[in-house]
Amino acid sequence: MTVYNKELLEKFYYTMVKIRKFEETVEKYFLDGQIPGFVHLYIGEEAIATGVCASLTNEDYIQSTHRGHGHTIAKGADIKRAMAEIFGKKTGFCKGKGGSMHIADFSVGMLGANGVVGGGFTIATGAALAIKKQKRDNVSVVFFGDGASNRGTFHEALNLASAWKLPVIYVCENNQWASTTPYRTTTSVEDISARAAGYSMPSKIVDGNDVFDVYEGFQEALAHVKAGKGPFFLEAKTYRIKGHFVGDPELYRTKEEVQKVYEENNPITRFEQKVLKDNLLTEADLEAIKNKVENEIKEALEFALNSEYPEPSEIFDDLYV
Amino acid sequence: MRQITFSQATLEAMAEEMRRDERIFVIGEDIVRQGGIFGQFKGLPDEFGDRIMDTPISETAIVGSCIGAALAGMRPVADMHFADFMGVAMDEIFNQMAKIRYMFGGQTTVPMVIRAPDGLSLSAAAQHSQSIEAWFMNIPGLKVVSPSNPEDAKGLLKAALRDDNPVIYFENKILYRESGPVPDGEVFVPIGKAKVVKEGKDITLISYSIGMKTAYEVEKLLEKDGIEAEIIDLRTLVPYDRDTILNSVKKTHRLAIVHEAVKQGGVGSEIAAFVAEEAIEYLDAPILRFGAPFTPVPFSPPLENEYRMKPNKIAEAIRKVIK
Repeated sequence: MTVYNKELLEKFYYTMVKIRKFEETVEKYFLDGQIPGFVHLYIGEEAIATGVCASLTNEDYIQSTHRGHGHTIAKGADIKRAMAEIFGKKTGFCKGKGGSMHIADFSVGMLGANGVVGGGFTIATGAALAIKKQKRDNVSVVFFGDGASNRGTFHEALNLASAWKLPVIYVCENNQWASTTPYRTTTSVEDISARAAGYSMPSKIVDGNDVFDVYEGFQEALAHVKAGKGPFFLEAKTYRIKGHFVGDPELYRTKEEVQKVYEENNPITRFEQKVLKDNLLTEADLEAIKNKVENEIKEALEFALNSEYPEPSEIFDDLYV
Repeated sequence: MRQITFSQATLEAMAEEMRRDERIFVIGEDIVRQGGIFGQFKGLPDEFGDRIMDTPISETAIVGSCIGAALAGMRPVADMHFADFMGVAMDEIFNQMAKIRYMFGGQTTVPMVIRAPDGLSLSAAAQHSQSIEAWFMNIPGLKVVSPSNPEDAKGLLKAALRDDNPVIYFENKILYRESGPVPDGEVFVPIGKAKVVKEGKDITLISYSIGMKTAYEVEKLLEKDGIEAEIIDLRTLVPYDRDTILNSVKKTHRLAIVHEAVKQGGVGSEIAAFVAEEAIEYLDAPILRFGAPFTPVPFSPPLENEYRMKPNKIAEAIRKVIK
């Protein structure tokens, strides 16, 4: 059984709450018309990015999706610059060129969110190829949804990674929804991880709303990959609490269905209940972390609001080296 | 000067740059055991071992994994087998490779090269014969080169391998076997520089890649009538050398562009529009564009031949605007 020290438990809680509060703030300011474009929220799926990234260093890589704020935060990116990017400000990670769907922080190994569903598979696989060629002891992780597993890129990447025994971990966040379509109506398998067997790749299914289960499953994946045995497939079962994007009228499901998950299977509430019941953390510990997060979110928001937009003359910057 | 083939020139460029920079590696279909379907990788695996790797038939994964490796500090080369197969990897090329640096605010570079054998050859038909370079002129973030002779093939490939931007290197299948002079020692052709390969005063004739053979034939035909064509080998399509084009047109006052690719929406269309915008007052004749008809490449030899550039017809059309 995995033993959790207080530092790691606090990190889990801190990261999950930080993602949740960040996303709630983004939602509020988007609905208020202050954030341009589109935003896709990670609310309800926080335990996955948190449980995975807790075991990674800045030299390990992640590839993210259009729903990428949570991965970015869990990988350790500065939320001030993340928030500024989402607001389209020049102090953002991408100087306002990317926005929510193209958030990235290369300084912590976050190689980018991707606006194309399934766009990250081959890129993460290539980063793993580089790791192997450079003889480094790192891993490349790609987050993706159930819907993305129907892209051809998924199948080409998994085959290549398995044939070349690359240090890459495919983390499927099965949130049940491919945009507005229930994935079971368009997907040949119930468990996306069943597809890994077709590529001679070991896999594991974890409860994506239980950070402990995600963490432990990822440890197993990491041990396999770091032993040089090639890629690993981790499927985290979860549920997308929010619409596909903020503003989605959600005509495809009932409010009751969503509310039930939110009340009964909320990863943050589940964590709180467990650590209090098992006397791992106290109410005061949790309260202190929540306060710390509140302050950091407030600072990030102020930073974003007070930052300048890019000048029109910056339009050609960073096109070519 | 020694004569080597275009194919040999690309091999020399690869070997020299791979010795110089350990981050360069090559992946593609049939390149280790077969040496590439046109022999353009022959011998490299002997010297460079697992830096030359055979891939599954997965063009999407070939280009995508090169992008990922480039982001993680390598300088990959993706061989596309046939340029036609770039369509399979198009999302990786235009949505990922071309945009990553810009979209992420300059946090990274994507130093990689896509090698793409193109052009008509031996009735290879609609899906193995195309010249698709014009597509990539419409995608900001890429550089595109298309050499016409062994010296430029070597020099431009070396430049592409040293460039920190993604570069698409079109190499014509017929040209592979053609020989030309290549100096010993370092050969480097900067990306973005066209070359006036023959001076003339009556018309500027612009081409690149296999089109240069036609341009030379046209020039000889015109010479018989006392018409002196100035020939420019464009060499780089993105960014194309605007200054060299304008300087020439201001001197000759006439312009024709020749390429094997489809005329409509082709490289010639861009250059014609550019010259019309920048220098129409210097022109004494309509701008002429010569390219393939607006059809897929047909199979049967008489049809394939109909698709090809016709020096006689081009010369005839040029004579008409000069008289």
